[in-house]
Amino acid sequence: MPNTKQLEDLTTQVRRDIIRMVHKVNSGHPGGSLGCAEFLVTLYNEIMDRKDGFDMDGIGEDLFFLSNGHISPVFYSVLARAGYFPVEELNTFRLIDSRLQGHPTTHEGLPGIRIASGSLGQGMSVALGAAQVKKMHGENTTIYSLHGDGELQEGQNWEAIMYAAAKKVDNLIATIDLNGQQIDGSTDDVLAMGSLKGKFEAFGWTVVEIEKGNDIDAIIKGMAEAKAKSGQGKPVCVLLKTIMGNGVDFMMHTHEWHGKAPNDEQLAIGLEQNPETLGDY
Amino acid sequence: MKTYTYTEKKDTRSGFGAGLAELGRTNPNVVALCADLTPSLKMGEFIKENPERFFQIGIAEANMMGIAAGMTIGGKIPFTGTFANFATGRVYDQIRQSIAYSDKNVKICASHAGLTLGEDGATHQILEDIGLMKMLPGMVVINPCDFNQTKAATIAIAEYEGPVYLRFGRPSVPIFTPADQKFEIGKAIQLTEGNDVTIVATGHLVWEALEASKALHEQGISAEVINIHTIKPLDDKAILESVAKTGCVVTAEEHNVLGGLGESVARVLATNNPTPQEFVGTNDTFGESGTPAQLMDKYELNSAAIVKKALAVIKRK
Repeated sequence: MPNTKQLEDLTTQVRRDIIRMVHKVNSGHPGGSLGCAEFLVTLYNEIMDRKDGFDMDGIGEDLFFLSNGHISPVFYSVLARAGYFPVEELNTFRLIDSRLQGHPTTHEGLPGIRIASGSLGQGMSVALGAAQVKKMHGENTTIYSLHGDGELQEGQNWEAIMYAAAKKVDNLIATIDLNGQQIDGSTDDVLAMGSLKGKFEAFGWTVVEIEKGNDIDAIIKGMAEAKAKSGQGKPVCVLLKTIMGNGVDFMMHTHEWHGKAPNDEQLAIGLEQNPETLGDY
Repeated sequence: MKTYTYTEKKDTRSGFGAGLAELGRTNPNVVALCADLTPSLKMGEFIKENPERFFQIGIAEANMMGIAAGMTIGGKIPFTGTFANFATGRVYDQIRQSIAYSDKNVKICASHAGLTLGEDGATHQILEDIGLMKMLPGMVVINPCDFNQTKAATIAIAEYEGPVYLRFGRPSVPIFTPADQKFEIGKAIQLTEGNDVTIVATGHLVWEALEASKALHEQGISAEVINIHTIKPLDDKAILESVAKTGCVVTAEEHNVLGGLGESVARVLATNNPTPQEFVGTNDTFGESGTPAQLMDKYELNSAAIVKKALAVIKRK
């Protein structure tokens, strides 16, 4: 198991990857990617019980599904640095003939990806199907998924949330990236969702809150609590409070950088704030 | 002229139910999902024999498609069951992203397709589903013609790796294909030989095409009836070989002519051997309440309509 410093160094490198990838093609989604960097780094390197290599069926290992596919930069960086494919391939993000499409897909055969996502609201259903198969196989493994908070405005989520509790899919830990921002502004301004904790609990889920969703120790503690509460007849929801754009000061606390790339000068500032740790791709 | 008879009529959905039940006994990877329509989809036998492999989703078709996609991860072969309308149009984006684009081995099984759903009316009578599904890259589209063929198709698609749309219906129709006929995806079946006109039909219209060929025979016209059970991939070769002989074609389907089998045939002909063609299908319209027979008559989806179009297309040669 890596220590916190190692996870922090990896996160810093992932942040560099994110802003360099998005800058190079002048497109992509840096804000949500940066906000979830600590979480995905910790999930893949500390929390999940993964096998070496990749096969689609993932028998006998924990699986992860990204529902808010637009944060592909952080997903690709974390996957590459976990060994699923060469980090050099991050150079091809969003370019023609690349396996690193704008939004994640299985269609180009990129190891680590098990479902296409991008059109929002579909990932929880997919995670549920995978979780039920794990149960059929008698596995003691966990399915993890990540969803945007704004994404919960898609109705399919609530079909899935209702189903998960009714069918006692308690090997699913679904994390909601609670950054409070979406394209047109704050989630409260666009379509206020009230208490997500109250909603998930009313639907029969166990809820774990991680107040400091960009703090690696807090994530480890919170996810350990979530894991401990799984397997008890209820699906588990983690409300992960993050700061969009975390780690690059001018991108923080705003929806402005949801889907906008930094220019040369802004990239330089972002990189200066995140010095190279493990080596750039 | 080869003639076809029948001793029994059954609904094609029962063929699906029988095929699914057999898969339950022979293929342990097959799982079934349904959105609160198990009696309509005739899934009872499978459920009774394999309760641990059946998933009741509730009235939530979008969730069902996503769950089915997820269940392929780990090696299951999910068969989803609901009405054709809710299996396609309602969940098009879920199918597009989570199943088709994600290359998932899901079998989307759809009953009550077309006008023959009858009295429930246009809200449930989808006439656009073949078009929607055939446009999805990688999606196989199958519309069998009777109980036996639907059962055989259900069994065959479990052996095929990749997404499939299987369309069937509610009314009882003659059983005229052999119970032991092997179902080959993408392989047309020539039912009668003829020289004057080719009739390419799918689903419930295949029996009507055979009836039409009898009526044409009485007028001295020999019609070659081809059963296209697989609309995608289309058996181009069978169609081209037949029209090379007959010089004209009528296509017949319980579907909008826009986007249906007929347009797929027209593409094949236009790019290989431009040939006069007439279309039997609905003409850019919704359906309405009525008995299946009344509706097929009013919307000109029966043997009489096929005869009329055959006579018209022969004149255009």
